[in-house]
This record gives sequence, C-alpha cells and structure tokens, in this order.
Amino acid sequence: MQQGKLCNRIPVETKDKLKEILGDKGGIQYYKEMESLEVDVPALKDLLKRTLKSRLKTWLNSCMRCGLCADSCFLYIANDKDPKQVPSYKIQSTLGELVRRKGEVDTQFMMHCMDVAWAQCTCCNRCTMYCPMGIDTGVMFSYLRGILFSQGFVPWEMKIGSGMHRVYRAQMDITTEDWVDTCEWMEEETEEEWPGLKIPVDKENADIIYTVNAREAKHYPEDLADAAILFHLAGENWTVPSEGWEETSLAMFAGDWEAAKLQVKSVYSAIERLKPKRMVVTECGHAYRATVTEGPYWAGIKSGKPPVDSLHYVEWVAEALRTGKLKIDPAKRIKEPVTFQDSCNYIRNAGLADDARYIMSQIAEDFREMKPNREHNYCCGGGGGLNGIGRYRQERNIGLKVKRDQILETGAKLVISPCHNCWDALRDLEEVYKIGIRWSFLKPILIKMVVVPDHLKLSAE
Amino acid sequence: MYQFITGPLLWLSFSIFFIGCFVHVALYIRGLDFQLDRIAYNTNIVSGVKAALRSIGLWLVPFGTRCWRQNPVYTLIFYLFHVGAVVTPLFLSAHSVILKYRWGIYMPAMPDVVADVLTAGVLVAACGLLLRRMLVPEVRNLTTPRDIGVLFLSVAPFATAFMAYHQIGDVTFWTIAHILSGELFLVAVPFTKLSHIVLFFCSRIQIGMDFGIKRGGVKSSGFPW
Repeated sequence: MQQGKLCNRIPVETKDKLKEILGDKGGIQYYKEMESLEVDVPALKDLLKRTLKSRLKTWLNSCMRCGLCADSCFLYIANDKDPKQVPSYKIQSTLGELVRRKGEVDTQFMMHCMDVAWAQCTCCNRCTMYCPMGIDTGVMFSYLRGILFSQGFVPWEMKIGSGMHRVYRAQMDITTEDWVDTCEWMEEETEEEWPGLKIPVDKENADIIYTVNAREAKHYPEDLADAAILFHLAGENWTVPSEGWEETSLAMFAGDWEAAKLQVKSVYSAIERLKPKRMVVTECGHAYRATVTEGPYWAGIKSGKPPVDSLHYVEWVAEALRTGKLKIDPAKRIKEPVTFQDSCNYIRNAGLADDARYIMSQIAEDFREMKPNREHNYCCGGGGGLNGIGRYRQERNIGLKVKRDQILETGAKLVISPCHNCWDALRDLEEVYKIGIRWSFLKPILIKMVVVPDHLKLSAE
Repeated sequence: MYQFITGPLLWLSFSIFFIGCFVHVALYIRGLDFQLDRIAYNTNIVSGVKAALRSIGLWLVPFGTRCWRQNPVYTLIFYLFHVGAVVTPLFLSAHSVILKYRWGIYMPAMPDVVADVLTAGVLVAACGLLLRRMLVPEVRNLTTPRDIGVLFLSVAPFATAFMAYHQIGDVTFWTIAHILSGELFLVAVPFTKLSHIVLFFCSRIQIGMDFGIKRGGVKSSGFPW
C-alpha cells in the first residue's frame, strides 16, 4: 500500500524524522504525497469494529436531522448560514458516510474528511447543548480525527505536534535541560525585584505542582516569572517538575491517542514522584482539558480523575482571592470596560464559569459579559488546533467574525483571556479585522493590582 | 380479517415493538465503555444520576432548555406532535375498551373530544414538520427520504383514525387502515429512527452523566442545558 516519505501512517517518533518533516516548509511535499496516500481499508474496518460502540452508533443513527444544531455553530453563523456548515451535516457527510460505507473509502474521501474535521469543527462542543437527542458532534469529530490520524490523513502541523509530544513530551522541542534552565533564568530575572522568590524545581511534598504550556517556556518565559511572583505573593508552597511539566496536548488535537497517553502519563509520573497535594495548570484551556478532564481516561485511571486534585489557573486565582491569599488594591482595578473570553475547554467542558466571574468582579469596575456567555459562549474561532494549521487559515479567519462581533457588542476594548488558544485567536482577530482591542492573560493584570505584603516589599530589606 | 389483525397480528406487532426496544436499550448499555467514552460511569454516581435526570427533565419540559426557548415556533410544533403522538394512543377510550376486553388490562381514558383535538394537533404539527423540512435550507439539506418516510409512518395511524372517527368515507376501510398502520408503526420502531422512543432516554442519560461526572458537573451547580 502506497505511503509517502513524509505523509504516511507512521507517527513521527525521532528527532531526525521531526527535522525531516519540519524541513518541508508549509507541508507542500507532505500534502502532495497525501494525494496518493492509499487507505488501509482492512485496518480501518478493524478500527471501526474495535472502537465504534453504542454511544457513537446511536449518535449517528438517531440524529433526527432536525437542524436545531445549525445556529449553535459559530462556523455556520460566520459562513452566512451555509447549510454545509450545519454540525449534523458535517458529521453525517464524513464519519456517518465512512461508517455507512463500512470503511470502504478512498483517498479523496479521507482528504475531504480531514478538511472538514480540522477546518469546520473546533470540537468546542457547543452544539451538544442544543441537540434534543444529546448528540455531541465535537466528540464525534474528535473520534474521526483519531481515525484520520491512524490512516495518515492529518494536517502537517498536527503530525509535527503529535511527533513533538512523542519525542520531547512537549508540544515543542524543549528538553529537560532547556526547561530547567528557563526556570533558573526566570528566578534570577525576578529575584532582584522580589527578594526570596524561588522557582523550586522537583521539590517533594509541595502544596502545589505547577504545570505549564510549552509556549510559555519557549516564547513567553515571563509568564513563568509572573506565575512565580503570584505564588510568592500568595505564600504558596509550590514546585515545578523537571520532567512532566507540559500540560498541553497537540496530540489530542491531532487524534493521536497514543501520544496523548504518553504525554499525560509524563505529568502523572511527576505527580507520583514529587507527591504534591494539588496541581495547578497554567492559563490554557486545552491543556486543562487534556490533562485534567480527558487525560485520566487515556491513562486508564478508573476513577476518571488525575492523581491529585487539579485546578485550572482561574480556579487557583479565585480561591486565592476568596481566601485573601491574594488581595486586590481597589484603586488599581481595571477602570475601562473589559470583557472575558470564556474558553470552551474549562468553561463549557469543565464548569468553571463562576470562578471566572468572581475574578472579574474583583479586578474590574466595568465588566461586560459577551452575549452569549458562560457555557453558551462561542469558541474563540481558533480552538481544536485550527489556529495552528496553515492550510485552513482562510477558514479560521472567517470563523473569527463571530468573536469579533461579540466583542464589539460589549463596547470593551480589553479582553481577558486565560487560555492560550483564545489569546492567539484574539491576537489574530485584531491583526485581520483591526477593531482596536487589547487582550491579556490574567497574570500580568493581577501583578499590576495585587497588594504586596509589607514583608515582601523590596523597600522592607 | 378484523379478528386476525386485532388478534395474532397485534400480538406480533407488540412483541416486535417491546422486544426490539428492549434489545436497543440492552445493546446500548452493553456498548458503553468507560475508556472509549471517557466517562467514569461507575464513580461519582450521585452527580451522574442527578445530571442525567436533569438532562432528561429539562428537555422534556417545553421551553425548559435554551434551545427550546430560542426556537419557539419549532418547540410548539414539536410538543404538539409528540404530546399528541404519545398521549392519544395510550389514553384513548376505544383503545382502553379493547385492552379491557381482550386482556383485562385497565387503562384510564380521556374524553373523545380531547383525543380528537390532540389527533388534529398531531396532523397539523406533522404538516408543520414536513413544511419545515422542505422549506428551511439547513433542514432540507439534512433531510433524507427515510426522514420523510418515518414521518409518514408516524402520522398514518393518526390520519386514518381521524378519518374513521369522523366517518369520512368508508369507516371500515379507515378502521382497518388505522389498525394496520398502527401495527406497521410498532414494527418499524426497532428498525428505524423511531427507536428514539427509547434511545432518546439512553442518549440523554449518557450525555447528562458525561457532563455531570466529567465535564464540570462536579465543580459547578449543574449544566445549563
């Protein structure tokens, strides 16, 4: 069965292979090879037999085709109500068709499935809330992504992303030494202003193990410094692991379940090794989804829970504000109108809307809700990996219109976004549509307004 | 003829209906998989059950969910159709009499005029559903011949009953057509999308548990369906 040199059914598992595929800028050769990548029908049939169980079968067969899911999908709205963007149509014409044909499909069909699975669904799960039958199209697309990955029909960036996790246990090429160096560097950078501040690596029995998004380590190390300052101010006994520090999972976006498992297991091993009381996850939505919500199942943990109680960063901040570990200087609260971007992964899919509202009530004087909001909020437009896939840039930019209009309606020029994907989507939204907004994670905002206890002030030396 | 279709054929239809529904539910539960579905069905049972009941309850109540509220016309049509379709055959006095004489089962009956109004409601709602399928682009694009077929299959017993009750045309013909179409409906349930009669509950319980156990139900006051 014909396979390409770069585009094939074999996951990327070595540094050399990573280098090779990264060398194909933009995936030009990769996608060319995909056009002649043959479908391994027996393997596909076998996969369906093993994994297509009653829940998915019922969702596919019991869809009443009522179309109530249409208006729930931001991509349907953004694409001028194109009937081909109705969630039910999208899944029935791809996974539904694949199952009806019992896996007897060709290359062209699989490429079409890939284009729909990554460019027309961000797995935000919003349509689930609008389906009388309780059908979760996002979960089905995630399942379809797994099938497509196993057959090699996966966007170039996703293949690289899952390969990174397999090789580095991180979504980027960051080694243990790189990470530890970054921690030390940020400790040195901040200790002058914050005497006594430490970024403790591999400290056993800490109250909190803090895990991050590799982008922070690679591109925004100041985010780690900010986290350290806030933990320092809150008086937390915390640590970061030297290995198993990466929370994110491009493997989840890619549908590479084996790599997703390897990734979360690295975090769970760190927990078992260092025995912290709790875990706090940085301001990233899909990282929380991957490691706290879905990860335990990939790792085969029967309780469906990570090894220790795990908090998204907004949960930790809300708790610190409620208990007075962090105090806001009322004079420094945000005066201008400000809105909050509800991330699908920890608001709709993890129930943290109240914590986010509590934080906003503490830090902003003129907080304005988007409409709809909380669990009903629309995806930022770049979730599910869509932000990072060059092949679908145009589709992503069209999708951003819904978020643009939501923000414009609030009248706010500042958007708080404790999620990397949302943050990127907002940045790109501004670049494409130029509506004059600013966007921020929570950490830099908090640092500007928290009360510094006297004993931690620089002048107190 | 009448004896046969209200005797052995009715038995056969009911048997296929009940056994078919039972098999659907049994296979559904058997096919649930904690790891593939990624839901710890057996832990957090309390929040799981609570969320499952909420998920069913809110969707059964007209305008109970945001989706129903956002689509008021469709919701009215939907409930007109489903309330009539479920309540009328169960509590119709003529059915109650047959049940009592044939099998000695007592079923409370509603006044015929109520049944008549409900039946008319089903017919009107079915027209509404059909028009929606043909006229609304996103629904038309989704519709397959099977969806239309299932709608006709569901409506036939009501249309024929309406004709027989109001003695329009040949009453015997409409009565026999009513009985046969009713039996066809029962037989069709396990083999078509009409199986949603039971799978609706399975699916709603499952997604309720999903959100209740895993996706936020434990950390928040409940999912705002």
